[in-house]
Amino acid sequence: MTNVLELQGITKRFPGVLANDRISIALREGKILALLGENGAGKSTLMNILYGLYKPDEGKIFVRGKEVEIEGPNDAIAQGIGMVHQHFMLVPVMTVTENVMLGVEPVKNGVFLDREKVAKRIKEISDQYGLEVDPHAYVKDLPVGIQQRVEIIKVLYRSADILILDEPTAVLTPQEVEGLFKIIDTLIKSGKSIIFITHKLKEVLAVADDITVLRLGTVVGSIKPQDATSEILATMMVGRDVNLVVDKTPAKPAGAVLEVNNLYVRDERQHLTVQGVSFDVRKGEVLGVAGVQGNGQTELVYALTGLLPLESGTIRLLDEAIHHTTPRNILERGVAHIPEDRQRHGLILSFPIHDNLMLCTYYKQPFAKGISLQPQPIFSNAEELVKQYDVRTPNIYVNAGTLSGGNQQKVIVAREFSRPIELLIASQPTRGLDVGSIEYIHKQIIKKRDEGTGVLLVSSELDEILALSDRIAVMYKGQIMAIVDAKTASKEQLGLLMAGMHPAESSKN
Amino acid sequence: MSKTTAPETKEKKSNAIWSELLIPALAVLSGLILGAIVILVSGENPLLAYGALFEGSFGNPLDLFQGLQIYFATGETKELLRSIYPFTESLVTATPYIFAGLSVALGFRCGLFNIGAEGQFFIGALCSAFVGYSIKGLPMIVHLPLAILGGALGGAVWGMIPGYLKARFGAHEVVNTIMMNWIAFRLSDWLLNGPMKSSGFRPVTPNVMETAELPRFFPDPLRFNFGFVLALLAAWFVYWFLFKTTLGFEIRSVGSNPDAAKYAGMNIVRNFVLVMVLAGGLAGLAGTAQVLGVDHWVGQGFSAGYGFDAIAISLLGKNHPVGVVLSALLFGILRSGATDMQSMARIPIDIISIVQGMVIVFIAAPDIIRWLYRIRTIKKEETVLTRGWGS
Repeated sequence: MTNVLELQGITKRFPGVLANDRISIALREGKILALLGENGAGKSTLMNILYGLYKPDEGKIFVRGKEVEIEGPNDAIAQGIGMVHQHFMLVPVMTVTENVMLGVEPVKNGVFLDREKVAKRIKEISDQYGLEVDPHAYVKDLPVGIQQRVEIIKVLYRSADILILDEPTAVLTPQEVEGLFKIIDTLIKSGKSIIFITHKLKEVLAVADDITVLRLGTVVGSIKPQDATSEILATMMVGRDVNLVVDKTPAKPAGAVLEVNNLYVRDERQHLTVQGVSFDVRKGEVLGVAGVQGNGQTELVYALTGLLPLESGTIRLLDEAIHHTTPRNILERGVAHIPEDRQRHGLILSFPIHDNLMLCTYYKQPFAKGISLQPQPIFSNAEELVKQYDVRTPNIYVNAGTLSGGNQQKVIVAREFSRPIELLIASQPTRGLDVGSIEYIHKQIIKKRDEGTGVLLVSSELDEILALSDRIAVMYKGQIMAIVDAKTASKEQLGLLMAGMHPAESSKN
Repeated sequence: MSKTTAPETKEKKSNAIWSELLIPALAVLSGLILGAIVILVSGENPLLAYGALFEGSFGNPLDLFQGLQIYFATGETKELLRSIYPFTESLVTATPYIFAGLSVALGFRCGLFNIGAEGQFFIGALCSAFVGYSIKGLPMIVHLPLAILGGALGGAVWGMIPGYLKARFGAHEVVNTIMMNWIAFRLSDWLLNGPMKSSGFRPVTPNVMETAELPRFFPDPLRFNFGFVLALLAAWFVYWFLFKTTLGFEIRSVGSNPDAAKYAGMNIVRNFVLVMVLAGGLAGLAGTAQVLGVDHWVGQGFSAGYGFDAIAISLLGKNHPVGVVLSALLFGILRSGATDMQSMARIPIDIISIVQGMVIVFIAAPDIIRWLYRIRTIKKEETVLTRGWGS
């Protein structure tokens, strides 16, 4: 068995940080190497070195047994290394063909772009690997799963035989993940080798031939999937035992906190994305809202928090109408909001942590007297919350943008939980977070529930919905397909509802 | 832990200040070097030119020494005053720059691009001049504050209009402040040729009453006046307002991340109006200080680009009140020295515009400076302090 790619003793230092510390990994030909690690473990740095975006301080790279210098992406491509980024690098207003040929445009008659030639080649690649992509479709019209295939085609078109997939399942539905795994299988069968970067344990166990775990910039160890379990991998990743199951007692729901009746909402582009939604959230329960992303969940949350106006319908919080009031008024009535996009809504990245920890209450005692801000209470509040919520930061004076995703999320959770709340709206609360942070945030949400807070949990991760919810509402095309009891709900049933189909037995609900 | 973090933070803070200052300082240096090259290419001696520039803005140290000698020997202040004249002129020139620079900086802090400082400057000047010459018989203690207030209000109204249009209709402030500039120019043409024209031949306002003049610190011809002190006070006020009050916190939040500001319950459009009113008021004060402290009357072309230079000053000063004061002083020194450079070394005054232009280019594209001086870039994603802190 030959190693098609080998990294030996790669070290990379950034000012104040050792991002990669003598990392060695090996990719066997025709196999899948899973690179597992939490956010900030050094996976991305390592891959950027391999792709020539960073220069390593020490270490060697061997491709097919020969030592190579990779100075930039072009060198990497020349060596047959192709990368599918987590955030797609596609031009939405261009066709698949145009996206694929960007940078390597073939020309006919000296000046004209030869789109046909490229389209033909895409068709061939698409057929060969079962990708099913129409070369003439516009990228903006394609679902996320297909856009990812376009990225894969881009790499294959440049004749890569070593593929790096960076968190490829982060944006996919369960069904799309299945599809991706089939494609990966086909790729391997035709002799490609793949590095699969992820922090999701189940996927690693499902597809990998070899697993290498990174933590804090070093290799913790390598393991075969048949010798591993989720628990073993999680412990390796985090460095301590992790509880993957959320401990919770049955909910003791009381009266309704939130009542939503026949709600219609338009999004920023004036599309009617929430169409007649009604539900209630009771004190001391978690209502999970499941659904594939983009089925109106975002707009529903924006309407509840006052960030988007309603088209029609009513929203009542503790029996008082809040649908024509301001975000501040909703905040002051005790609604906490963990926003879906933490960097857009949840934080001001260029502000220090202590300011972000009082972002919603800066005008109140003790943070302000009149219009004068009071530094001491602001600092001590921050010191306290950072300690209480275990935010890993050098101090409270650094900007929120310097924190890792998990710690940014902890700042938001700390801020929202530190004021008296009746209703918690948590939208994709653990997206992009590492196992340790997910465990922590789940615990905090359940803790709030047990204190009698009503919780509305919106998530596109079915596992998360199932783990936390007491009741589950499934949204599809702006409507609630059904609200089911979490105890009796199955993944298959929810999956069908998410796809807009009623399973036979769900008619009881 | 808390024991060790405090000094560490302090050290980091001072390091941060130095690195903040490094790029602007190198930008200025590079601008001067490029200016020297241009002078050299045009066949003149850059050393001579910059010597004259220095003398024109700071005065001749020998003269100062002589002036001091005469003063201590005879008590005669004439020579001494003449020797400090160039430097006081630099401060006089810097005064409106400070006000106008603060105006633009305040806008930037809220995410607004106030190109209208020029028009607000002009309107402020006209309003303060009007209060200054039309009201007679008031004691200075009433008349002067009234005239200053008039100028500030005039500018504030001129800023409020585009601010309101943005808040109410979403009309872009860049377009509307430019439009307000033109209205201000044409309005002033009419006023200076009509209702506000003095009895003389030229289209200028009458001189303001002595009771409305900003007091000067020295006898004529030194024009250094109380306006400079007001400008420093304004800088202190803006600093306090931006960084020590809830209103300033809102403004900076809206400017840094409007989505998060909305999420936090802040009223974004109210902040737009508030900031434009204050920014207009500051630019109005720039014109006011120039009228009441220096010229005592307003004529056509009075604004002379102060409002536009203010954009450069604000950028060079990183939109921070202290930075604005420093860069306004620099612009004052360059502008006031350039006149002497022209007369003494026969280097056209436009060289200074080239230097200023280059400084702005370097500030706008700091990578050029980093490349020129081989300063290591620390990219955003690389400064993640908690990389590897994980869970």
